[in-house]
Amino acid sequence: MKRSIFLPVVAFIGFLFLYIPIVSLVIFSFNKSKLVTVWGGWSTKWYGELLHDPQILGAAWISLKIGFVSATLATVLGTIAAMVLTRFGRLRGRGLLTGMVTAPLVMPEVITGLSLLLLFVTMEAMFGWPAGRGMLTIIIAHTTFCMAYVAVVVQSRLVDMDDAIEEAAADLGARPLRVFFDITLPMIAPALISGWLLSFTLSLDDLVIASFVSGPGASTLPMVIFSKVRLGVSPDINALATLIVVTVAIGISISWFFMRKKVK
Amino acid sequence: MSQQLTACERRPWIEAVETPFIRIKNITKSFGDFAAVDDVSLDIYKGELFCLLGGSGCGKSTLLRMLAGFETPTSGHIEIDGQDMAGVSANLRPTNMMFQSYALFPHMSVEHNIAYGLLREGISKPEAMARVGDMLALVKLGDFAARKPHQLSGGQQQRVALARSLVKRPKLLLLDEPLGALDKKLREETQFELIQIQESLGVTFIVVTHDQEEAMTLSTRIGVMDAGKIVQIGEPPQIYEAPDTKFVADFIGSVNMFEGKVDVAVADTLRIKTSDAGVDLVVDTHQNVDAHQKVWIAVRPERIVISRDKPKADNVVKGMVEEVAYLGNLSIYRVRLGTGKVLKVTKSNRLHDGAAIKWDEDVYLSWSAAAGVVLTK
Amino acid sequence: MRALLARLGLNGRTLVIAVPMVWLLVFFLIPFLVVLKISVAEPLIARPPYSPLFVDGAIKATFSNYAYLWQDALYINAYLSSIKIAFFATVLALLIGYPMAYYIARSAEPKRSLLLLLIVLPFWTSFLLRVYAWIGILKTKGILNLILMKIGVISEPLIIMQTDIAVYIGIVYTYLPFMILPLYANLVKLDDSLLEASTDLGARPVTTFIKITLPLSLPGIIAGSMLVFIPAIGEFVIPALLGGPDTLMIGKILWSEFFSNRDWPVASAVAIAMLVLLVIPIMLLRMAEGKQGAAT
Repeated sequence: MKRSIFLPVVAFIGFLFLYIPIVSLVIFSFNKSKLVTVWGGWSTKWYGELLHDPQILGAAWISLKIGFVSATLATVLGTIAAMVLTRFGRLRGRGLLTGMVTAPLVMPEVITGLSLLLLFVTMEAMFGWPAGRGMLTIIIAHTTFCMAYVAVVVQSRLVDMDDAIEEAAADLGARPLRVFFDITLPMIAPALISGWLLSFTLSLDDLVIASFVSGPGASTLPMVIFSKVRLGVSPDINALATLIVVTVAIGISISWFFMRKKVK
Repeated sequence: MSQQLTACERRPWIEAVETPFIRIKNITKSFGDFAAVDDVSLDIYKGELFCLLGGSGCGKSTLLRMLAGFETPTSGHIEIDGQDMAGVSANLRPTNMMFQSYALFPHMSVEHNIAYGLLREGISKPEAMARVGDMLALVKLGDFAARKPHQLSGGQQQRVALARSLVKRPKLLLLDEPLGALDKKLREETQFELIQIQESLGVTFIVVTHDQEEAMTLSTRIGVMDAGKIVQIGEPPQIYEAPDTKFVADFIGSVNMFEGKVDVAVADTLRIKTSDAGVDLVVDTHQNVDAHQKVWIAVRPERIVISRDKPKADNVVKGMVEEVAYLGNLSIYRVRLGTGKVLKVTKSNRLHDGAAIKWDEDVYLSWSAAAGVVLTK
Repeated sequence: MRALLARLGLNGRTLVIAVPMVWLLVFFLIPFLVVLKISVAEPLIARPPYSPLFVDGAIKATFSNYAYLWQDALYINAYLSSIKIAFFATVLALLIGYPMAYYIARSAEPKRSLLLLLIVLPFWTSFLLRVYAWIGILKTKGILNLILMKIGVISEPLIIMQTDIAVYIGIVYTYLPFMILPLYANLVKLDDSLLEASTDLGARPVTTFIKITLPLSLPGIIAGSMLVFIPAIGEFVIPALLGGPDTLMIGKILWSEFFSNRDWPVASAVAIAMLVLLVIPIMLLRMAEGKQGAAT
């Protein structure tokens, strides 16, 4: 079948559409002038400003910490949920658990954020915990919605797996916990890693939920970025964006090379 | 010691003096209204190679999984070596299973796959590895110890699965369609090896299969299953030569079936009036039948003699050859009788007696009264 | 120890089930009950800024917040506007995303993996920053206007920023990977021999596409559309950064109700209304899909 020129052209325009904003971010991070319409020459001064900005650096650090903890917690909880839903056969409350695990995927962030904040406020009034809002509440919130993503990723891997392999291990005398650690875990490891990375990214990128459940002294990076860009273009943010794009590009390229090696 | 004679030789099911090793008593497994296994009772003796034979959906795999402990019976008991298996989880049972998909652990080497079960018993690593080595020699995979499953061929994977399930010396080995994935030649070779291994180790095997040739080759006894029930148990010759029902007669091998009514009974010989054959048929039987009772006569294709000249025999019919299939060692003839019924006749090509019978020839088909089997259900 | 736990009805299995179950009950389900409770409260100048549910042992609740939603046209308009915007954005994303997904699915390795990588890469970079990028492009003194004016297509700058159009662009842009990936997953499984059979039977390429490819890719179309449409309705960041004061989207309304007006009860009522009108039908739809999937 002769391929028309239509598809490649449309696809090319589509990719262009996808990348022009990113490219523009990168280019203008090197623009000496603050204005987009004026090219002031190449300069790395915005990078300097960025790296000396305590507010941004502090927020970045907080976001990284929150991301790490949330991603790890979410991976553990999400994997357990996925195991329960796929391997535990008939159980009471299956519908409820399924619903609760998948609902965060469709829930608008404003609702999740609001509901969690109201929960924390009520809990503080009733029990005194959590005392005020900050990193802890953000971690709890992020873990809750990230575990949904982990559960989906791990569940699809579990379903694809031949569960006769786990039965074989049991048949050979391994108790259920052993089967999980000896057999299941190694086989779902790639899904766990993707789940962790996905959670980490989602946590790092979250603005809405963090805004609702955060407190004084716990401003995340997105919160700081948002307050800055509401006022307009800010080139040090461009510099930050460029750094992130470069990091992600390197990370993805590395993982791509590893995947190709494995396939060979 | 009874161990020295194989189950095939001892045939304990005839006298029923020996205590059965596996007792399946009134086992039922229902999923809602549907009974996958329907009130099955079965005794299996030590050292048997017992085959559960049936088509898909007959319940044989479900029964196997209940023996392994992966399904819980809705009602009934299972006893292995005198021990009731109720409440005993799969990992604690004295059974091991060889899975249809082999279920080898992909991230472990062949050695570690086989050693896994031994390590779970608490056996020391050196001793476990020694036993693994013995087992690898038995299945002729000694050079493959360090390989991973994906580096093996299908036949090799199957041997690893077998070795892994045997190395723990289980009281009962359960095999789920063990030869299904192999090509025909490999299957034939492996069938005999399987029997040899089983006889030398003395382990009781229960094999689930839908391949009746496989069941006939491997088994000490066969249990034919249909719709959740066991319809006949017996040694392969018995199942083949003396089926209890139309289903069994039809399921195993090929069969020519005549439907008719009992006309006269003289001693053990019946005269049957049938419209299928056009003439009255004569058949020997030990069954008690009434006059005018509806019966079927099953005649195996190899018991029918095909000839150009009219022979002297208990049953003779005339027909025309519709199809000839030459298979090398034998030929299969499809012959249409005057009544319209088509009979299948096989003839060995061992004797090249005269010119071969061809299409559209008029022939006589004949068989003795003893060649037919009377079936009432 | 194990015996004791067994007596209490707790075994390993129950404990394992309990862990995610309890977490989700506490941090996912109960919050909605709290929102429900506050939605029937009255706003107060206090900490917390709403009236308690139980006063002297009696329940004090009011539906005035819901009545307020119903009466003020703003909220109904915002709902309808959100649905409208999300719908058209989804259609646009489909029109752009389908050819891209098709092209990638039909490409041979290693080009295909590379293209997939290029689709996925933006997804891993910050969503917020990618939306921000459009500010620089779309604003009056932005890159787009600069280029268009320089090459003479327009003489006056286009006002795109802070209009609904900017929101459409923003939504399509950020959600495009979510449309492409399920479409790709579906199209890549399409059996080439079906298309060949269609051609062999005399169909033109366009006909093959309409009668064979399109219907078979329907599950992918639905999946991708749901992944765009549903979250887009409740979007906040895109209308906040790219939209104007006239841009009515319900996510933005909830936010300003909470942060600007400090009216927690009304914000809660908006949230409950969103749940009832949006999320519950969606969950029912997914449950129905799940049942159908299990039955087939």
